[in-house]
Amino acid sequence: MMGMPEIDLRKKSVIYRQESPWVKYILIAVTVLFLALFLLLPLVAIFMKAFEKGMYVYMASITHPDAVSAIKLTLLVAIISVPLNALFGICAAWAISKYQFKGKNILITLIDIPFAVSPVIAGLVFILLFGSSGLFGEFLFDSGIKIVFALPGIVLATLFVTFPFVARELIPLMQAQGTAEEEASLILGAGGFKTFWRITLPNIKWGLLYGIILCNARAVGEFGAVSVVSGHIRGLTNTMPLHIEILYNEYQFSAAFAVASIMSLIAIMTLIVKNLIEWKSGYRSTKAG
Amino acid sequence: MKINIQNLSKSFGKAAILHDINLEINSGELIALLGPSGSGKTSLLRIIAGLEHPDVGKIKFNEEDYTERHARERKLGFVFQHYALFRNMTIYENIAYGLKVRPRKTRPTKQAIDKKVHDLLSLIKLENYAHHYPAQLSGGQRQRVALARSLAVEPEVLLLDEPFGALDAKVRKELRRWLRNLHNDIEITSVFVTHDQEEALEVADRIVIMNNGRVEQIGTPLEVYENPASAFVLDFLGNVNSMAGKVNRGVLETGSYKIELPEYSSMDDLEGIGYVRPHDLDIDKERLSENSIESIVEHVHPIGSVVRIELIRRDNDEMIEAEIPKNLYQSMDIQIGERVFVTPRSVKMFLDYSI
Repeated sequence: MMGMPEIDLRKKSVIYRQESPWVKYILIAVTVLFLALFLLLPLVAIFMKAFEKGMYVYMASITHPDAVSAIKLTLLVAIISVPLNALFGICAAWAISKYQFKGKNILITLIDIPFAVSPVIAGLVFILLFGSSGLFGEFLFDSGIKIVFALPGIVLATLFVTFPFVARELIPLMQAQGTAEEEASLILGAGGFKTFWRITLPNIKWGLLYGIILCNARAVGEFGAVSVVSGHIRGLTNTMPLHIEILYNEYQFSAAFAVASIMSLIAIMTLIVKNLIEWKSGYRSTKAG
Repeated sequence: MKINIQNLSKSFGKAAILHDINLEINSGELIALLGPSGSGKTSLLRIIAGLEHPDVGKIKFNEEDYTERHARERKLGFVFQHYALFRNMTIYENIAYGLKVRPRKTRPTKQAIDKKVHDLLSLIKLENYAHHYPAQLSGGQRQRVALARSLAVEPEVLLLDEPFGALDAKVRKELRRWLRNLHNDIEITSVFVTHDQEEALEVADRIVIMNNGRVEQIGTPLEVYENPASAFVLDFLGNVNSMAGKVNRGVLETGSYKIELPEYSSMDDLEGIGYVRPHDLDIDKERLSENSIESIVEHVHPIGSVVRIELIRRDNDEMIEAEIPKNLYQSMDIQIGERVFVTPRSVKMFLDYSI
């Protein structure tokens, strides 16, 4: 009698082991096929199209003053808006996860607005606020401050569109971690800043990094909102996506894809950096353990 | 350090958590805050720690008002229910943390910190785990690390929130004894929260029994067990049989059983409940007194040094539970279904509360 259940169990596990490889291979095959069709193929196409007319055209396209200016502007916008949104995101996630207050759910909903609203509308909002006939238009014109059709407008639109990424990544993480470690740190005599630096930040660093990477990808790639506020001034307010669109509309396909290949490279590099950091930290913690 | 809590109240929104708590904790005492969940015991502990702020009332440490002081300034040790160890740090770094974050002026030297951490590691018998991470330790080990971490800053008060709640029974018992010994060695004023009456009765010098945000009774384990101030305390501190009935001129009548309660002699026609502990019941095979309860043996649990017997009263079909020593049970040869006579040795009655 004692041996019976054991035999049953082994039979079951044999059946289970016979079945699983097929399921495994099918799932892997479907995933790989899908990725190849929808991600790898377009990526290869971009680079093929970019080099279609040879290295000379490629280099000329990406070193053209307008292209260089677009690349610089895009990077500048990302460098300004990503750290700001990382900061805002940490603040928002901290407020929501560590404190109890009224209207918390409304705040969470507000954070999601940029996801729900079309980027074009986001851009229009800034035109309505800061444009020449907008709410603050007269005041801005009188004091000589340019927001719309200039760098500040592009940064504002990018900030708006990329706001939720870091906050959305951190809120569930910080809610799951709770406040006990921070409380322990405070009771042990550490101040607020030391507690944040030594306890909170190390605990959220992966979520934060992931949020920053998503935020950066969107900041570099944002088209709609930026298109509305930028004014498409070549060499001045054109970001990379806008520059690509202009080139494409002017039938300069190779040039358009050459700039697109630079954007793709930035994206690939971000992913590599993310994996590098993850791999390095993973290596460290297994070594410690 | 002596702690004084005066007229303390706290509510979250409309829900009142603590009502007018008054409590005096003497220097070096080990106090248990005992109560069911939602009784406010953890809130009280967190207010003492400075993690929460009372709406009304004062907290004094050595007669000095600390109500408005930040948790950081209170020089406390706090052990969290789920340990709250810093997951990104090794055990060594966890224990050293409180010393390392001190401002440069008061921070001990590196060697002093190192010595302190190693002393504490040997105190909690985890010398070989200095460079492990909390996730690699068992629950009992983590709890010991949490304790060492809070002791590293040499606090004058140690607060523990359900310190053994998340551990299995055997480890819990071990750690309980270890805490008692530690407290005897270092004489630190300690307050621990628990919902386990056995733990409170075994470890604490005095027990504060809480219910619905109020203090029901404060006393030594013996006092609260022998002289419970309310039916709640009586019920909470262990198994008890309840016998509902009517009180008339100092006599409680439940079913066929009558008991004299002289302190209620002036009262008429009141609802009352008599309480009797299972070990305060005598069982006989013959009717030895007029005033015993005829019952049928329903079930017997013969495991352990005392035998638990469940009986059904013949007069009102209510269940009563009795505990008798094993040798008595064996010599009496009690069978299931047998008719016996149960006589309470001591009955306590309360009017206010029904279990």
